[in-house]
Amino acid sequence: MSTVFQPHEADWYEATARERITGLLDPGTFLEFVGPEQRAMSPHLEQFNLTGAFDDGLIVGGGRLNGDAVFIAAQEGRFLGGAFGEVHGAKLVGLLRAARDGADKGGPKCVLLLLDTGGVRLQEANAGELAISETIQAILEARLVGVSVIALIGGRSGAFGGGGIITACCSRIVVSQHGRVSVSGPEVIETNKGVEEFDSKDRALVWRITGGRTRALTGAADRYVKERIEDFRAAAIALAARVPAFTIETLAAEQHRLAQRVQQYGDCRDSPEMWRKAGLAEPERIAELSDDAFLAIPQLKDAHHDAR
Amino acid sequence: MTLDEVLASLFPGGHTLERGEFGIVHGVGGAEGGPIALMGVVDRTPLSVDGALRLASHVLAVIDKGGNTPILMLVDTASQSMTRRDELLGLNEYLAHLAKSLALAAALGHRTVGLVYGHAAAGAFIATAMSMQVLAALPGAEPSVMDLPSISRVTKLPPEQLAKLAKSTPIFAPGLGPMFAVGAIAEIWNVEKPLSGQLAMLLQQSATGRDRRDQVGLTREGRLQAARISQRVIDEATHV
Amino acid sequence: MERFQVRGVSNRRAAGACKLIIVGVNASGNLEVMIERVLPDNECVVEVTTQVTGFRSVWQAVIEEFFERSNPGGLRFSINDGGARPDTVTLRLMQGMQLIEATS
Repeated sequence: MSTVFQPHEADWYEATARERITGLLDPGTFLEFVGPEQRAMSPHLEQFNLTGAFDDGLIVGGGRLNGDAVFIAAQEGRFLGGAFGEVHGAKLVGLLRAARDGADKGGPKCVLLLLDTGGVRLQEANAGELAISETIQAILEARLVGVSVIALIGGRSGAFGGGGIITACCSRIVVSQHGRVSVSGPEVIETNKGVEEFDSKDRALVWRITGGRTRALTGAADRYVKERIEDFRAAAIALAARVPAFTIETLAAEQHRLAQRVQQYGDCRDSPEMWRKAGLAEPERIAELSDDAFLAIPQLKDAHHDAR
Repeated sequence: MTLDEVLASLFPGGHTLERGEFGIVHGVGGAEGGPIALMGVVDRTPLSVDGALRLASHVLAVIDKGGNTPILMLVDTASQSMTRRDELLGLNEYLAHLAKSLALAAALGHRTVGLVYGHAAAGAFIATAMSMQVLAALPGAEPSVMDLPSISRVTKLPPEQLAKLAKSTPIFAPGLGPMFAVGAIAEIWNVEKPLSGQLAMLLQQSATGRDRRDQVGLTREGRLQAARISQRVIDEATHV
Repeated sequence: MERFQVRGVSNRRAAGACKLIIVGVNASGNLEVMIERVLPDNECVVEVTTQVTGFRSVWQAVIEEFFERSNPGGLRFSINDGGARPDTVTLRLMQGMQLIEATS
């Protein structure tokens, strides 16, 4: 049975996970698996005096994207920071394994991952960490049999911690300006290394280091999109058509790509230095540019690659 | 046990080990079944972009050689390296690249085994130890997601209360016991016996090629929901 | 943490055929409301789980007023509350009502 909801919200950042799914897929095609009416909730939150979510903050199901069958998973970034708990993570792992197993039986060959997560849910830390590792394995097993996995990132939690590692295991990555991708959060870096190393309250700094525009310009993301759900949809459709294969050739190319980045930018303290080295016209003003102006930067297309 | 003691017990027939930069080591261990490719992050070194890249290069080198040499990953790291530079350069891609390299090696026929003998936490734990087909640990190893004081800060529960809760559930507490119960760690080895024999037995077990840690967690009753929930999703997805 | 139910009677079955709706998110100052069309036509119930204790009488008043206004016969409302104010609770209940009556 499908859960029906109204696609009020056109803006990805403002939308709930369910609204993003509605806006992303072809109308009326979404069918949810283990939906909220089944009440598969976390058994671990009550001892921390926390109330839960009927879907444990992770929605999975199937639908169509431009006519093609896809699986889809969306994290609700506003519920406990979209963090991975036992049930939440198990739903995602199940979906990816279903994609892996069904690929040669006429099942969907594309999985859309709407990531919006701070990483592991500490109240269920070990289960969350395992779910992240199992998700990584399941993504790679699916890619090995020809399934495309596309990460879409633009919510308030970003893709942090294990979510950042999962992101870079996907076939393709789509980000908006709001999106952030990182491993250690700014507060954790500040606590460990001091405010000089990372002032976590400096929002502009956080986005210069981990934000969508930095990731897109360095090839750490494959497509930069504007803020609307329809922009994410267009990018997903375009990218799903052709993705890098998970082979030794791809990984060798990635080894080279990542080594090059360290060589070119390994001495940089902040992203404007990188943009200056890359020859961008206005290295200090990248964050202020309109989306259209940012999308017109020539080096953005130069950053495209298949080494993922 | 020190790294040298671990290696001596693992490879009584001899081994080579090169200590490189960034806490990364690599070499070859002589075993009855044939040589084993050794690599790892040691000396409690946080895993950085440079370390992850170096370690991945050793994995790719094993793949390039062809054949099906097993890979043993030795783990005594900290967490991932927590610096502005690492994040600016995109640490997530470097850790993922390492995890991908290990997964590909396994898919291409290399048995991959992890041995955590020291510390391992968070992203470093995920990209190394947890990216192996099977993970063993020595008693005294300290795998974790995050230390209890930090969990206490974030969850706003006093450490004493957390410690009390940890007695009744392995779902969040750091340490070998909880990590074993939830299925992250396959075996805790006995240091009173030669490690070479225990490694040999582990290598002899056939690799299923499928990640069954959730089943292990269910059997050990440390993680009661995960395997069942995943299966329910698969069942519903298959009956569409 | 508190869990309680508020039951009511309705003079009619809620309109429409939609069987399942979910609105809102369990976040600070917000709440998640799931509505299932599973009860007899003249019955309704709201089941609340909330982190904020001691406000049962306020919930009771808000919910009873909602029942009187909307007559949600046949509907079971389930709430995961993150500390929402009464007017936010009313808003979500009304939003959910609108959706389950309008959507097919």
